[in-house]
Amino acid sequence: MKSSGGLHFKTYLLILLMVIFGPLGNVLLGKGMKRIGAASLGTPAEVFNLLSRVLTSGTIWLGIGSLITFFAAYMLVLSWADYSYVQPASSVAYGMVALLAHFMLREVVTPLRWLGVLVICLGVLVVGHTPPRTTEPSQIMEPRS
Amino acid sequence: MKEVIFYLLIIGAGTGGELCVSRAMKVVGEVKDFRPAALLGVASRALRVPWMWLGLSLMGTAFFALLAVLSIENVSLVVPVTALSYAGGALGGRFFLGEQVTRRRWTGVLLVCVGVALVIMGRR
Repeated sequence: MKSSGGLHFKTYLLILLMVIFGPLGNVLLGKGMKRIGAASLGTPAEVFNLLSRVLTSGTIWLGIGSLITFFAAYMLVLSWADYSYVQPASSVAYGMVALLAHFMLREVVTPLRWLGVLVICLGVLVVGHTPPRTTEPSQIMEPRS
Repeated sequence: MKEVIFYLLIIGAGTGGELCVSRAMKVVGEVKDFRPAALLGVASRALRVPWMWLGLSLMGTAFFALLAVLSIENVSLVVPVTALSYAGGALGGRFFLGEQVTRRRWTGVLLVCVGVALVIMGRR
């Protein structure tokens, strides 16, 4: 069994990576999709046209790269920490998204929306004071074929 | 209306996918060695767990729904709205993965949900 301090450090480090690369990925996807324009999925030709524009956008690919980094950190941390701990803890990312959207994309974020983001962060602080693991891995182990 | 379907897909398929991936990673076990070769081994073991494939398919669906809604709405609205999956996540963690969700953690999740509601109300 790992020491609690080491487990917490490892968990916080990977959550930090998630908090940086998750929001960056979302903001880049938003930037790319805004350039492409409103999605119209009426006919197969429209879907194909949209897909080809998405897959040839450099901004979208940068966003996908950021999200893959986020996803790798996420999967690693899920190998030892509870899902219901990691998911809320990573919601600091919502504050990051609002900041990045405001400064990178020049989106207007209203005072009420900033308040909402603050309340989300408060919720994250409360969640952060709970233990990262409540189940032993063996509890849901399945036989490997 | 179109946006609502996309949001439901992002929240439903996204949460379902994350729960499946989480379950698959618990089967793989705690990752203790972070060297590239060892991580490749972890990825290879993870891909042999059926839950991982189901999870990745659901997350892929959620990803394309996210792209579609991002073409219509601002990121500062879309991403916080997707946080509605927190309630589903905590419920799933409790009943699907058998995790103990403490009262304090439920309180945190509730606060996050209130924050999400304020973000939606803050729409211009």
